[in-house]
Amino acid sequence: MRPELLQTFDELVACYPEGKEKSAILPILHLVQKENDGYLSVAVMDEVAAYLKIQPIEVYEVATFYTMFKLKPTGKYVLEVCQTGPCCLVGADGIIAHLQNTLGIGMNETSADGLFTLRGVECLAACGTAPVMQVGDYYCENLTPATTDALLTEMRDGTFFARMERENGD
Amino acid sequence: MLKVTIDHHTLEVPEGTTILQAARMLGPDKAPPAMCYYSTLEESGGKCRTCLVKIEKNSDQEPRPIPKLAASCRTLVQDGMVVANQSSEEVINARKDVVELLLINHPLDCPVCDQAGECDLQDLAFEHGVATTDYQEDRRRFEPQDIGDLIKLHMNRCILCYRCVFVADQLTDKRVHGILGRGDAAEIGTYIQNAITNDFSGNMIDVCPVGALTDKTFRFKSRVWFTKPMNAHRDCAQCCGNVVLWMKGNEILRVSARQNAFGEVEEFICNGCRFDSKSTEKWTIEGPTKISRHSVISQNHYAANPHTPWKGLPPC
Amino acid sequence: MGIKILLQDLDQDIFSIEGYRAKGGYESVRKAFSMPQDDIIEEVKKSGLRGRGGASFPTGLKWSFLDRKSGKPRYYVCNADESEPGTFKDRFLMEKIPHRLIEGMIVSSYALGAHKSYIYIRGELMWIANRLKRAIAEAYRDGFLGQNILGSGYDLDLYVHPGAGAYICGEETALLESLEGKRGNPRMKPPFSATVGLYGCPTVVNNVESIASIPWIVMNGGDAYAQIGIGKSTGTKLISACGHINNPGTYEIDLGMTVEEFIYSDAYCGGIKDGKELKAVIPGGSSVPILPKSLILKTAAGEPRLMTYESLMEGGFETGSMLGSGGFIVMDETTCIVRNTWNFARFYHHESCGQCSPCREGTGWIEKVLHRIEHGHGQSKDIDLIVDIARKMEGKTICSFGDAAGWPVASAVRHFRDEFEAHVNQKGCPFSC
Repeated sequence: MRPELLQTFDELVACYPEGKEKSAILPILHLVQKENDGYLSVAVMDEVAAYLKIQPIEVYEVATFYTMFKLKPTGKYVLEVCQTGPCCLVGADGIIAHLQNTLGIGMNETSADGLFTLRGVECLAACGTAPVMQVGDYYCENLTPATTDALLTEMRDGTFFARMERENGD
Repeated sequence: MLKVTIDHHTLEVPEGTTILQAARMLGPDKAPPAMCYYSTLEESGGKCRTCLVKIEKNSDQEPRPIPKLAASCRTLVQDGMVVANQSSEEVINARKDVVELLLINHPLDCPVCDQAGECDLQDLAFEHGVATTDYQEDRRRFEPQDIGDLIKLHMNRCILCYRCVFVADQLTDKRVHGILGRGDAAEIGTYIQNAITNDFSGNMIDVCPVGALTDKTFRFKSRVWFTKPMNAHRDCAQCCGNVVLWMKGNEILRVSARQNAFGEVEEFICNGCRFDSKSTEKWTIEGPTKISRHSVISQNHYAANPHTPWKGLPPC
Repeated sequence: MGIKILLQDLDQDIFSIEGYRAKGGYESVRKAFSMPQDDIIEEVKKSGLRGRGGASFPTGLKWSFLDRKSGKPRYYVCNADESEPGTFKDRFLMEKIPHRLIEGMIVSSYALGAHKSYIYIRGELMWIANRLKRAIAEAYRDGFLGQNILGSGYDLDLYVHPGAGAYICGEETALLESLEGKRGNPRMKPPFSATVGLYGCPTVVNNVESIASIPWIVMNGGDAYAQIGIGKSTGTKLISACGHINNPGTYEIDLGMTVEEFIYSDAYCGGIKDGKELKAVIPGGSSVPILPKSLILKTAAGEPRLMTYESLMEGGFETGSMLGSGGFIVMDETTCIVRNTWNFARFYHHESCGQCSPCREGTGWIEKVLHRIEHGHGQSKDIDLIVDIARKMEGKTICSFGDAAGWPVASAVRHFRDEFEAHVNQKGCPFSC
């Protein structure tokens, strides 16, 4: 692990009382996943275990419980479309079908160019701005086929995250 | 001491006693079934929901009934508590529901399962289940796995009682297996095809209530009811050395820890005794193991004790 | 339009701490420090505020259960794991007015004697977590957090902890497990969190909206809060409305408004989209019973249905529902109830933690049967079967998830049995889905 990353780990661990370092596992795994091309390999999970002084299996147990952690390599952009009831009332199925057609991939598949992985996820707490998909740290809401296409273009151009970061002040 | 009444039997128990422990004091045939609770494993219990009981009166101080059924293995006795176990139709029906749910994804491959004849789930289904189910969907499927040279994992049969995880946590210094995934996709595993090699890992087999973890050195050697269980001991530097030898003629087919009337291991044993000591000269044989008269193992009349009051329990 | 307690001044810049303070923000911290802690708890009790996460347990009472004699540290935790389908009100509040929550956290933590407090926010809302972190930094800078806050001698550190994708972590004890860095398996109760909570210490967990209501209660008094609303439904409530309506969004209402006004008034939902007919409403998030138009607008006794805890429950599970989390899901006449029920069943199957057997096995079973019915492979006995599976789970699980997974199914069959039968008889979905 890079020394800067370890320093961030230390800062995260400091949020919890002494002896309760394991509490930092979720924030640390989020960070490590981002650093490791969007997924948690056994090697990085083992490093997290070593850092937190716990057994590797404890990291695997946690990583496999939470759906945000990806255990296999993914495309550069993971399109996580909400497929729960309220989103489906207003067209989530159509957005998923549109993405499948446009990208030529099925659910949980990655496009041949390695850019996109399509996943269905459960309620994202954005039912009033449905349909919605999560991409990285951000939500894309009120999706229509046309706005979805525009977002895909931004992603292909590599400008998507820059805009999202700018708009959210991150 | 606290006074508690269970199915109209009143007894006194020390503070900190659970309802299940109190019921066990009345005898194995009076106690609720327990598929996940294990008295010697800390934090065990509460998950299988087969031990649910009705609390008709919480305590003398707070005489109200508890509206929901309570997991007796994790609920402490209060002074003056009144509990209905076998005397409550609600409890009996709830248990039937839970047993049915436990069985919907269980493969019912008893004819080819090494645990048959000493399986807690088999006994539970026989005593508390219903003969039919409306379940007609596919069952979840996993491939059998070797977790090391000595233990076979049939995840299909696992009921996620967590006992083996507690054994690994509490008996060994470095746990390599655990619960992976969640919901009905959760499984016991090592994640990276890791071998479980710890000296006490074999105890996972004994605490497993079903045939999910079986002894690879015994697999398909014999039906358990064709073996003759004998108590034996030896001097062992690692463990107590008190075991049961499962014999056919003079051959030791399997070594396991001794169990009490509730099917729980009395003292855990090491892998050296369990897997590597299968010649009779290594052991001092004490005599036949007492087996419940109702157990299928006693059908061969080995050491059947007609005075044993135990009923429907695994061998001990 | 009633009084605004949570969303007041939303039309102005109250996102930054400067703007928020200019509108009187953080004044309750000063006032709280001038009050004995017990008096704050008393005001909250008097307010009648009920937990806004969905369980609606009285907040003041919950506070009074906190073990303050154990000698152990006490923890205060905000449940911002908003994941109940149909619910997006907490997210709205945190996104737009993060300081309202932070102010509430400070006052509540002080009242309960906590010196380390956590906001457990669902991991998907990472950009809101980042906003909260920046707002917390502003609050530290202005002296509302840290050592000796405003010279009071009271110290508090506040942290944001992200989850990582698990609905069950909205269950209080699963949340605490997750905060301890473990799998989000709910704990067995008793003991309750008030005595054995985070790290084995006394802990109170409250919902975002509940916490954000505290500053107003401290400033204006519990009695003033209790005067809003009707009966035991006091104060204002955020309702997040979605589905087939003209104005989806988050609304702050006085508890007591009629359901009809909420659905049809332009100030709220604005009526059904595209001039269609209302068919059904799930008024409190996916876990509460669905009601057909006839029973959501009026109770079985013919009384107008009100947006209150009591009125929505009127008729029990036979003809009533619950206010729950305030996730108000509206469905028009084109909606296939079977498909929607199957969709929710899939959600619960996916989100069951798998720790206890009835829920682990039952949620999957219900989903599979509903999938068959929706896709034309159901038999008429399957309709009773799904209700029976829900009954098999109910009341037997470690936490209330097992009950919550069953209620939508039982109520859908109760009120829309003909649609289930139509799916079976026509061997397929009669709707265009």
